[in-house]
Amino acid sequence: MKPENPPGTPYKRNDLEEGRVLYTEDSLELWYRWSLGKYLSKYLEGLKEGRILGRYCKACGRIYVPPREVCQYCFRETDEWVEVGDTGRVNTAVVSYIQADRSRMDKPLIIAVIELEGASKGMGILHRLGEVDPEDVINRKIFGKKVKAVWKPPEERTGSVNDILYFKPVEEV
Amino acid sequence: MTRVALVGIGSTQFRPETPQKNFKELMYEAASRAYIDAGIDPRKELDCIITASEDLWEGVAIFDEYVPDQLGGVLKSVFTVGGDGLHGIIHAYMLIKTGYFDLVAVEAHSKVSEIETLQKIYHFAMDPWYVRPVVDNPYVLAALEMMNMMRLLDITFDMLDMTIMKNHLNAVEWGSPYARIYDYDNLESSEYVAQPLREVDIAPHVDGATVAVLASEEKAKELTDDPIWIEGVGWATQGGRVERTLHNLPTALNTAGNMAYVMAGIENPMAELDFAEVDDRFSFRELVSLAMLRLDGGDLMEMVVNGVYTLDGDFPVNTGGGFLGNGYPLEAGGMMKLLHAVKQLRGEAGFNQLDDPEKALVAIRREVPSNSYAVLVLGR
Amino acid sequence: MRMNIHLKNRVACVGAGMTLFRRRLYETSDELMWLAAKQALEDAGLTIKDIDCVVYGTAPDNFDGIHMQSEALADGGGALNKPYTRVYVGGGTGVFSAIAGWWHVASGLCRRVLVIAEEKMSHVQPHPQYVFHHIFDPVTEKPLGVNLIWIFALEMHRYMYKYNIKKEDIALVSVKNKRNALDHPAAQLGMKITVEDVLNSEVLVWPVQRLDISPISDGAVALVFTDEENAKQLTDEPIWIEGVGWNLDTMYWTNRDLAFPTYLYYAGKMAYKMAGIHNPRKEIDFAEVYDPFDYKELHHMEGLQLARKGEAPILTREGVTERDGDLPINPSGGLLGVGNPIAAAGLMKVAEVYWQLKGQAGKRQVKKDVVTGLAQAWGDLMQVGTVIIMRR
Repeated sequence: MKPENPPGTPYKRNDLEEGRVLYTEDSLELWYRWSLGKYLSKYLEGLKEGRILGRYCKACGRIYVPPREVCQYCFRETDEWVEVGDTGRVNTAVVSYIQADRSRMDKPLIIAVIELEGASKGMGILHRLGEVDPEDVINRKIFGKKVKAVWKPPEERTGSVNDILYFKPVEEV
Repeated sequence: MTRVALVGIGSTQFRPETPQKNFKELMYEAASRAYIDAGIDPRKELDCIITASEDLWEGVAIFDEYVPDQLGGVLKSVFTVGGDGLHGIIHAYMLIKTGYFDLVAVEAHSKVSEIETLQKIYHFAMDPWYVRPVVDNPYVLAALEMMNMMRLLDITFDMLDMTIMKNHLNAVEWGSPYARIYDYDNLESSEYVAQPLREVDIAPHVDGATVAVLASEEKAKELTDDPIWIEGVGWATQGGRVERTLHNLPTALNTAGNMAYVMAGIENPMAELDFAEVDDRFSFRELVSLAMLRLDGGDLMEMVVNGVYTLDGDFPVNTGGGFLGNGYPLEAGGMMKLLHAVKQLRGEAGFNQLDDPEKALVAIRREVPSNSYAVLVLGR
Repeated sequence: MRMNIHLKNRVACVGAGMTLFRRRLYETSDELMWLAAKQALEDAGLTIKDIDCVVYGTAPDNFDGIHMQSEALADGGGALNKPYTRVYVGGGTGVFSAIAGWWHVASGLCRRVLVIAEEKMSHVQPHPQYVFHHIFDPVTEKPLGVNLIWIFALEMHRYMYKYNIKKEDIALVSVKNKRNALDHPAAQLGMKITVEDVLNSEVLVWPVQRLDISPISDGAVALVFTDEENAKQLTDEPIWIEGVGWNLDTMYWTNRDLAFPTYLYYAGKMAYKMAGIHNPRKEIDFAEVYDPFDYKELHHMEGLQLARKGEAPILTREGVTERDGDLPINPSGGLLGVGNPIAAAGLMKVAEVYWQLKGQAGKRQVKKDVVTGLAQAWGDLMQVGTVIIMRR
């Protein structure tokens, strides 16, 4: 039977901790200063003002959120700024119990893709849901329901996706 | 079997900083210029798009994710090569040679100005057990290499100075932000970075993006009357061990060069080629490249001293000013060289234009401490 | 892509080898490459001197903690003074490195190519998953504290919603693959579990639970590809590579249809066209589809047209995808069972297709007679499909 005698020497975590496997350590802290460019800059400025902006492509009629310089279908520069609503419908949602390094969260977080009203069909953004019972996510009742952005107070906004605290349902789940 | 042609090339300018555009907008600028140059609609006609990049240069993991939209590659065959742009060109060449692909675009770029901790990335590229604890600076490795190469190939500082002056002079026409008219006194007063490596021996970093479009013979003839043919390609690595490669001549460049020469049917490179664009990330590298690619006419010093490699010489080298004159755009390095070679072959090199060149060589080595080489032979 | 009516260089696979897949392996990355390469070369009856060029695959750069890591590992692949390259499309890299091996030979430039995929995830502390934090858009997504499992959970939940799929049916994939892996000598997580075990395992991001996910692994796999002339000298029964395809969707994943992998549909179409396959469900005898999560096996079967939309869970429930079924899927045990050293796991799937077509899979050998097999992987930001089709 192939593979025949696959080679390799497994070891366990405690082999490291108890010194049976030797190792060296190095870590890396890197800093980058990414230019946002014209379009993302304006998007973030919009968020600071409590507005969600998209870009409109005249050739195919699509409205993109987040805004893009290039229409992915037409390969041409998009034409106009469009303010889309801060309401939308839940495309999909999940309940997260872990953080990025896989440690447990104190309180579960609800994450969703929200299709914004005013953007083209299927143009969703990633964000949190609030004021929602996790049970309604697990049984998928929240899917397709209308939600609205809850903004930070204007003086606390920094021009970031976090200027929106979360989206909350505005119709019965 | 089909021949492979370069039918379009487009590039941004190469600048020390490009804060007005993000990397996607930079890539888009180069891509749209290349597609206009080739006269193609990328959405309808491109079969495949290749990007050359490495994650830490970009500050993200899996950079391949970020490329399709601004290159017209959404829902197309797109991939990334961990190598120089010329490695991307070689993959495009092979794809077209299979007979299944007609039109392939290759992109490479640099946004090096946005990396605040560049030295750490270089340190992180070194072997973690043997090299990192001892060396924290890529220029130290380059200096060690320089020391050995000068000894092995009898390279003198005069030869290096002439190379530096030549490349800077050639770069003026390209509007390079770095191009300077040097004299020997300027060079003599340049400070050591790591002896024997001086500041003037090092090409500074630049931002920029370049896109090239390659086509099968059939497609190329549809698109243009005057394609640039890719007549030979070669690539090879010297391995990952700095302690071995610093002390020996880069035979892998020789391997890569011979591969390209055989493919292009070239027996006597200096006689059959008209000019070359070779790696000059450090001044001595240009001379090492020429020696390993059999472009030294048997006596490197005589060639340099007699000005053979200048624009007016018998065998001009780095006619566009190379990295020393224009700056080094990381993985787009090979693409900058390709751009310069293509402009020459097309007769679009302005003041630097050579008299009707027909065949050229482009050769590149990836950034320190790598030992990977790529070579192309281009013909009209 | 167009059809090549003047096909000159058929490409054959003539050898395969792999290391164990384990959570932690003592060998360094280049040692793992060497171990896999050695076995593949022995299998093919070749030495490194016979190899023209080397193709290396690894998914992200950062697991090894070395920048330009492919350069540092060249020696482990025996690439010294040889043409050597690294290609990547994120998680799809395993199968993609085999595709790259294919074009090295099909172009006529190389005659004997060594393809190696290696991943050593155990280097990363405190947890390899942290590397994936950096795959998200630094402006629109990273500030939300996004993690890798979120996006898969979002996709899985959308898929379940659209086709009204029960978690029980999805869990069957995990049960099947982990059971299949019991017969794989290199497997990390071969085990007998039940649907209840999956449903009772730790919830990470609902609907994704612990046993829905493939593990973190170290490992390497290598294959040897040659042109027709060399293949016929080396073996009486080469396995031919008849079709390849890959396709990348937009990076704006929240703008995509999450219930159906459109990019994979196109990648499959490309490979089917090249292999002259008109009805994949009938003409593909078995498949190794990418299964880092159990729902992905179903999702990918549908993208590859091996099942109609929403039909894959039904086929699974009816036992069609078992080793003795009509369309065996992941007879190796897949990523869920054998392990998931990302790029190596993808190439393991290509190796499994090779062994199955050769009739060398022993206890894993599927029951029906097989002529055509398919291996597939998936990656980047849920946006790339890579497909290879092989025939006896």
